[in-house]
Amino acid sequence: MVVEQTKLPTGGSHVKSNNMTENIEHTQLSTWLNQVAEKRCKIAFTHLFKFFAPKIQRIARSKFPNEAQSHEVVQETMSNVWRKAHLFDANKGAATTWVYTVMRNVTFDLLRKVKSNREDNLSDDIWPIAEGAVTEDQVYDDHLESKQLLRVIETLPEAQQQVVKGFYLMEMSQEQLANHLNLPLGTIKSRLRLALAKLKVQLGEKHD
Amino acid sequence: MIKHHPKFELLQSYVNGDLPASLAIGISIHCDMCTDCQHTISQLTEQVAEHSFEEPSVRLDDLSDKNFTSFSDDLSEDDLFDAMISNITFSEDVDEVKESVKREVMFKDKSYQLPTALSRIELSKAANVGKLSRSRLQLNEDEIHSSLLHINPGGGVPAHTHKGFELTVLLDGSFTDSRGEYNKGDFILLDGSFTHNPVSENGCLCYTVANDALHFTQGINKLLNPIGSFIY
Repeated sequence: MVVEQTKLPTGGSHVKSNNMTENIEHTQLSTWLNQVAEKRCKIAFTHLFKFFAPKIQRIARSKFPNEAQSHEVVQETMSNVWRKAHLFDANKGAATTWVYTVMRNVTFDLLRKVKSNREDNLSDDIWPIAEGAVTEDQVYDDHLESKQLLRVIETLPEAQQQVVKGFYLMEMSQEQLANHLNLPLGTIKSRLRLALAKLKVQLGEKHD
Repeated sequence: MIKHHPKFELLQSYVNGDLPASLAIGISIHCDMCTDCQHTISQLTEQVAEHSFEEPSVRLDDLSDKNFTSFSDDLSEDDLFDAMISNITFSEDVDEVKESVKREVMFKDKSYQLPTALSRIELSKAANVGKLSRSRLQLNEDEIHSSLLHINPGGGVPAHTHKGFELTVLLDGSFTDSRGEYNKGDFILLDGSFTHNPVSENGCLCYTVANDALHFTQGINKLLNPIGSFIY
């Protein structure tokens, strides 16, 4: 006979019992979330729903006096899971953590509506983690842009790519490139000029 | 350098979503600037999520076989859930992340960028007394009042005690009281037993929360219960 836990824990329990993590199949949950995000898969969503909804319902019942409100928490939370699954990133944390933040935010907004008569839905401003935003994002920004630049370079004709990569990425001089590719210096210069003009247009469009 | 942080219990209530909006906002602002507390919060969130969704008696395989033990005694619940599923998945629309626009406020010709947590809360017109300007945030939390408090260089708040609690989060600048200097990002929660006289030599902008009535009214009582023990 196992006693079900219905309450949120209050103490900062640092001790995780060993079978606790085994009780939740994290990999399976992440897979389902990704299937919802990528393929809008209703079967995966149904699995997620059947796993989370009864638990969300139980937790909401402890916070709201009436049944209708706890159903609203289930409906809203799972609806957000369906519509925001693409914001879940398995590299940043467990599926349970992500769904928990979604549920917590829905609950907070609804409690505020009930207690303070405000429908300002502040939760996503207060807990930005629900959107998967972590501080590393700023570091990644630059990283992504250089990736994007490379992708744009790869759209150039092969002959221009060679020159751009040689000149900017391998830092060869125009003369070295002319020798290396066995082409007249003038050709290298004009290819480089053409390539840069194209890159400017491409990147300009993206930066507008 | 941030020296003053929320207590562990307060971070825990924040993660649980048990705090009134005013205090949750205070912690959110502090954590925007404090990587240590961000770290604690992500650990706590992971733990509480694990606790919330663990299911000792039923395995996932059983669930997929529609062997839905927890609600098998309640057929209408099953029907309700099925209806929810088809309702939710009816639309294939996706929510895009809104780029949050940083909101700016002006105090005495100086412009300040507000933290995300404050980006959509209505602000009342600033009331000015000497070197102090105070603008109330319309959070509608009965006796808990939240404000932006701006102190001009050389200004200060006359010595005072608090009937209830007072929270100050420094958004910009610095101030000092008898206990020392406070800087940008510091999270200072004082209870009623404390008398202080903060002075800001170079000016500062603070987010403040205070409850001027000591006893909680019935309605909001529940919301404050989890934090009552360490506010007083």
